[in-house]
Amino acid sequence: MISQIFILSSKGDHLIYKDYHIIMKHFRGEASKDSINVFYEMVTALSGDQTPVVMVHLCSHKDLHFIHVRQGGLYWVASTKTNPSPFTIIEFLNRLAALTKDYCGSLSEKSVRMNFALIYELLDEMVDFGYIQTTSTDILKNFIQTEAVSSKPFSLFDLSNVGLFGAETQQSKVAPSVAASRPIMSSRGEQSGKNEIFVDVIERLSVVIGSKGVLMKSDIQGEIRIKCFLPTSSEMRIGLNEELSIGKSQQKGYSSAVRVDECRFHQAVKLDEFDTFRILKVCPSQGEQTVMQYQLCDELPCAPPFQLFPSVQKDYYIVTSQLLFFTFSCSTALNVSITVPVPKGSVSMSQELSSPDQTAELQPKNKALLWEIPRFPGGAQLSALFKVDVPGLSSASLLEVGPVSMSFELAKQTCSGLQIRFLRLAPTQTGLSQRWVRYVTHSDSYTIRI
Amino acid sequence: MPYFGSEEMVKELKRALSNPNVQADRLRYKNYITKVIRYMTQGLDVSALFMDMVKASATVDIAQKKLVYLYMCTYASDKPDLALLAINTLRKDCADPNPMVRGLALRNMCNFRMPGMTEYIEQPIVAGLRDKASYVRRVAVLGCAKMHSLQPNTDIDGTIVNELYALLRDPDPVVVVNCLRALEEILKDEGGVVINKPIAHHLLNRMKDLDSWAQSEVLTFLLRYRPRSDDELFDILSLLDSFLQSAHAHVAVATLRLFLQLASAHPAVQADALLCTSAPLLATCGAASRELRFAGLCHVQQVMRSQPGLFGTHYKRFFCGYSEPTYIKFRKMEILVELVNDENVALVLEELRSYCTDVSPELAQAAIAAIGRIAQTYSEKCLDILTGLLALKQDHITSAVIQMFRDLVWFCPQSTAAVCQTVEACVDSPQDSEALLWLLGEHGDQISSAPYVMEGYIDGLKTELSSAVKMELLTASVKMFLCRPAETQDMLGRLLHYCIEEESDVCVRDRALLCYRLLQRGVEETRKVVTGPKSDPSMSVLTGRQEEPISQWASTFNTLGPLSGCDLCPQTAVISAADQPSSSAEKELLPESTDVTLSSPDDTEEEISLSLGPPLSHETFEKMWLDLEILQRQTMGFPRPRTALDTLQAALQLVKIQTLAFTPGATVPWKAYIYTRSTGTLILAELLQGDQHAPGIDESLVVSVKQQPVNQHAIRGFVSILKGVLQTLNVDSS
Repeated sequence: MISQIFILSSKGDHLIYKDYHIIMKHFRGEASKDSINVFYEMVTALSGDQTPVVMVHLCSHKDLHFIHVRQGGLYWVASTKTNPSPFTIIEFLNRLAALTKDYCGSLSEKSVRMNFALIYELLDEMVDFGYIQTTSTDILKNFIQTEAVSSKPFSLFDLSNVGLFGAETQQSKVAPSVAASRPIMSSRGEQSGKNEIFVDVIERLSVVIGSKGVLMKSDIQGEIRIKCFLPTSSEMRIGLNEELSIGKSQQKGYSSAVRVDECRFHQAVKLDEFDTFRILKVCPSQGEQTVMQYQLCDELPCAPPFQLFPSVQKDYYIVTSQLLFFTFSCSTALNVSITVPVPKGSVSMSQELSSPDQTAELQPKNKALLWEIPRFPGGAQLSALFKVDVPGLSSASLLEVGPVSMSFELAKQTCSGLQIRFLRLAPTQTGLSQRWVRYVTHSDSYTIRI
Repeated sequence: MPYFGSEEMVKELKRALSNPNVQADRLRYKNYITKVIRYMTQGLDVSALFMDMVKASATVDIAQKKLVYLYMCTYASDKPDLALLAINTLRKDCADPNPMVRGLALRNMCNFRMPGMTEYIEQPIVAGLRDKASYVRRVAVLGCAKMHSLQPNTDIDGTIVNELYALLRDPDPVVVVNCLRALEEILKDEGGVVINKPIAHHLLNRMKDLDSWAQSEVLTFLLRYRPRSDDELFDILSLLDSFLQSAHAHVAVATLRLFLQLASAHPAVQADALLCTSAPLLATCGAASRELRFAGLCHVQQVMRSQPGLFGTHYKRFFCGYSEPTYIKFRKMEILVELVNDENVALVLEELRSYCTDVSPELAQAAIAAIGRIAQTYSEKCLDILTGLLALKQDHITSAVIQMFRDLVWFCPQSTAAVCQTVEACVDSPQDSEALLWLLGEHGDQISSAPYVMEGYIDGLKTELSSAVKMELLTASVKMFLCRPAETQDMLGRLLHYCIEEESDVCVRDRALLCYRLLQRGVEETRKVVTGPKSDPSMSVLTGRQEEPISQWASTFNTLGPLSGCDLCPQTAVISAADQPSSSAEKELLPESTDVTLSSPDDTEEEISLSLGPPLSHETFEKMWLDLEILQRQTMGFPRPRTALDTLQAALQLVKIQTLAFTPGATVPWKAYIYTRSTGTLILAELLQGDQHAPGIDESLVVSVKQQPVNQHAIRGFVSILKGVLQTLNVDSS
């Protein structure tokens, strides 16, 4: 049972505060609001190794537990005096953040500030007396009256973002990256009220590559996410690769089958055609929802997206040269950043980079040098040479160089090979609706040992 | 957050809200109302606008109504007389043809926190329970609970309880779950809602209609149901089987908990359920939300206490991502250490090795500690890594490695030779003094340079700040003297002289005096006292690991307990375990149960375990003693034991009761103040003999108990333990 829900900005400003529980009247007035400040003091005083997820405030009457998640740079906090399931509370807070994003378009301090009346309305319907009532957009949309105020700043640079995610529909049109970040309930008659549906295949990749280029760990967590702006829901059929096989037992020889270890579906998904045709049938409700989650461990169907050939030499300086090779030819990697740990006490660095748009800097505080490549075309190869000046260099210092970690974003590409063959809406659907399929792979953790 | 000029702002808003021009323009009016709510959220006191807001509630605009209601719920208790004005509008809305308006009005009316509300809301609630719109019924059902919490001490209204039980059959799933919640609140004193066979089966059959939140909540309610037969049990389990694989982690975990509890007599079923849920649990460990990850990891750790092998093949899932926060990395390393086996040890060590040079010193030290624990089983491989780390010559790394060496030597004597060799090579820059000194003292015979290193310490004694290091140095030097007297004699003399003559710390001085007098007794006597066992392999953590029965942790599974981390705050975990409202209710509901996890009421008093915990200062004790109420006063029926007070104190200490203070033995009245901790509560007590205010019983001992937070069960246990000790002492002394 939840006693209070509040949203704080990273600076501790109160954005939303809702007190559900009458028990709280024991220390009502000054103290009940105080618990926000208590929480903020506790969370900012934590050191890195302490667990912030659950914190206990020992107070005179009964202990108050704070459970919080961080999303969009904000603290989403629930407090409780009972001992509920942590999974429920955490997933609920995540869901609250997701709904806020659906309704306000984006998730930021500004959008929450501008739409606070809407969020109060949402909270009012979602939770009553500390008990979760519903979080489904289908039900909520009947009750929500306030319209979202969208906070879209005008920016010249918006144009450059076009095509951040490629879209592969029949017309091969390109959906602007901001298209999906708008409120699901928009005022009628505006241009933003288009009937659009986005199906995203999102994979998070975590890879460890050993010192000799051997793949030591590879792990894909994937999901198919639908973001639906259709006013009425009708059945949609999503066709996946026909040769998709699930589980280890079904693997047949050396066929090129796309395989996932296991998958789980949203409870609204109908699976009667899944076993034979790999078709998911779902009636998407407005907003964002995850229809399928899957994972694949240890057996990537393709080579890992990046190969790094590092060499480290000890001279008067430490010289490390890095040769980075992007194995996927049909994709583009964006926001690639490579962190190379350097020995403690490194003071300066000189660099030779293979192209002008790359940057590299030494961050002595983090004992690392950061090499950034904003855009990395498929099949390309980049190299960099860094000379790091370390006073009092010893041979042991080389131990501190590595492991290299990378973060990046691959558009138009999934590592598991999962594809969406088709996306069909029921013929009863009136009006023109646009369908977008987008693929993106994020690096959850990509580590290369030296 | 107080703002400058807040009063001005309130006045300005008041003017605007009462301006007829503004009132005529709906949009402008609403904007001002929005502004009021914004200030309210920021913590500004806008209660002065109550009257204007009540006026604003009479509108057809539902969005505006909602805002005004939010305002009224917040301030109703501050302005009860004005709030009564709003009630008329609300009651009128409760009869509105639009169910949304009806529900809204009813919900907010029930949220008013002021005395005397019951008479206004009772009738609309009863009407709402029979409303044809499910939305209104949902609100009305919870309204019953709210009404009860307004007057928690009144008698329970039987008709409402019956009506709620009847509504468990409602077609709307949320109404059903709300009924359970409301009954649980109303019947809290009687042990909560009763889940009998028809209700349990009804709920089980409705599971598929519920949304995930309701599912996990119903699963939690079902925990208190005990099937009558094995057939029934297996029927229930097969109904719930599919929920173990739910896409929602909270449903899967709640189902698992129910499985573990229901099938406590069938270990094979429990094992199957754990196997089934291992996939969703592992998925949460890799979830995008790091908070969910953390919760998943904590629960994986719990499962591993009984089934260490379950996640063995998935050890790579617990490799740390470089961008993960430290608290997740710590958990992952703890899990990795548990998962090490012959096949994966090389890979795990290589992974841990890469964390040792992390930028965060805490993480690096934790990684070294993890390697140190693995070293207790796979010492050779780990020693190589640890030795390699010494070459980095970084303070935090060296000190962690030396500590690990000390532990390793203590737990695995076979690695002593290798460690000594390494220490020999690295002691030119000693960092962690205590661990190093211990190693030098204990194994000085195997480290040839040991006396010289120690001499360095003795020469630098004046600048040494830590008294713990000085104490360790004294002990180590004496030990060293025993095995290498010629090299040590001179410096030991200097050390003792300094510590006895010049040291200001009394503890160090006493230790030095002890050493000195010991040495005066002769070398053999000293050897007998100082040298103990050099290692204790039986304490090894890895080899001594026992598989705990599932029942040990099943009761805290899927609660906050595993997350709050015992090491962080020792009281938390215990509190949450003891705090479960359901468990005590279960015991009362199911006295006939033969479940092993439940003990019969007679045993419960024995079961209570006391603990000392951190010591309490006199001031704290005094403050708490004055603040708290006496919960129990009991005459023991026998006088104070005639033993010496030291004996009494020692005996109480034995059963983990700490004595804070007592009056000298001969005084009348005689008093003693004692305290102890038990399952999250702090118990304070006073022993009194010869109270003038209660003549007649002056020969008998009276105990008064205070406690925070209240836990009657713990008090009973405490008193019975105390009684036992005192009686034993009485028997002994007579």
